[in-house]
Amino acid sequence: MPLPLETAPFSVCPMDKKDSRRWHDMGGLDGAPIDMAEHDYALWEKRVDALLVLSTTKGFFTVDGLRRVIEDLGPAYYEKMSYYERWVHSVNQNLIEAGAYSLGELGAKMAEVAARGETYGDCAGCHDD
Amino acid sequence: MPHDHHDHDHDTPHSHTGMSPSGHPYRQDQDQPLTYWQNMEISIRELMIEKGIFTELEIMHAIDSMDSRSPADGAKVVARAWTDPEFNARLLADGSAASREMGFDIGAMRLIAVENTKTVHNVIVCTLCSCYPRNLLGLPPDWYKQRAYRSRVVKTPRAVLKEFGLTLPEDVTIRVHDSTADMRYIVIPARPQGTETLSEEALAALVSRDSMIGVALAVIPK
Repeated sequence: MPLPLETAPFSVCPMDKKDSRRWHDMGGLDGAPIDMAEHDYALWEKRVDALLVLSTTKGFFTVDGLRRVIEDLGPAYYEKMSYYERWVHSVNQNLIEAGAYSLGELGAKMAEVAARGETYGDCAGCHDD
Repeated sequence: MPHDHHDHDHDTPHSHTGMSPSGHPYRQDQDQPLTYWQNMEISIRELMIEKGIFTELEIMHAIDSMDSRSPADGAKVVARAWTDPEFNARLLADGSAASREMGFDIGAMRLIAVENTKTVHNVIVCTLCSCYPRNLLGLPPDWYKQRAYRSRVVKTPRAVLKEFGLTLPEDVTIRVHDSTADMRYIVIPARPQGTETLSEEALAALVSRDSMIGVALAVIPK
C-alpha cells in the first residue's frame, strides 16, 4: 500500500514537481519535437565504446559507475557535451578511481598526444613511431 | 565502418552527396582539429595498452563485434517467433535464453521480449540514459538517446508515434517500457497479414529496427 505523501520517509518525485528532479531524470517531461537525423559513429566514438566494454568486462567498474559520473555532470555540461564526450569523461573518472592510472599520468599523456599534431588522425595511433 | 578509413577527402566520387555509403551524413572525424575529449580517448587507450591492461587487438575486436551487430539479428529472432510458436513462448518467457539459443551473444543483460497484438502496442525507451538491446540490435539511433524522445514518449506516446509516422487506432493500448542497465526490452512487432506463405528469411526482411523499438510496424509486403 502506498504511503501518503506527507508521511513518506523518502524523497518523492511527483510528475508536476520538476525542480526535485536531477537533469538526467527526464521521463514524462515536455520536450521539443524529435530530431530524426541519424549519424554514423566516428572512430573515436567507437573506441570510447570499446574502452567501456573492456573496462566493465575486466571488472574495473560497472555500467552503474558509468551512469553515476554522467548523472553528476549537471545540466550545463550534460547538454553541452556530446553523448560519447560524456562517456569518455565518465570512463576516465571511473578508471582513475579504480586505480588503473593516475590523474598525473593522464595529464602527461594528454600533453604528449596534443603535441603530435593538429587533427585526430595526426594524434591517434602514431605513438609507436 | 566504411567511413572510418583514413580518407581525408569527403568529396570522393562515391560520396558526392556528402553522405556516407549507409546514407548518413559524415560526423566530424579525424580530419577535424583534435578536441579535448578525443585527446582523452587516445590517452586512456594508450595508457591502458602501455600498462598491459588492454591490448590493441582487444580494442579492435570490441569494435568489430559492435559493428557486427545490427537490427538484422533482432529481425531473425522476430521471424523465428512468428513461425515457431514454441520458440515464441520461450522468447516471451526468457528473451535472453531464446536469443542465445539462436547463437546471439546477449551478455549479462536480461532481455525481455514484449509482443504486439491487435489490441496492444509496445514501445521501448530508456528515460534515464540510453539502455538499449544493443547486443541484439546494435547501437541505438541518435534520437533514442535524446531528451525529446526520452522525456515525451512516456507521457504522450501517441503524439510521439505520430511524429514517426505511426498513427494507431484509439482502441489500441500503448505500453511504454522503460529500460534499465540490467533489463532491456525488444518489441516483437505483429506479423503482417498476408505473409502466411513467406519463408523465415523473407519474413525477417519485413522487420525494421524501428519496429523492434516500437515506433514503426513490420512492413506489409507488396
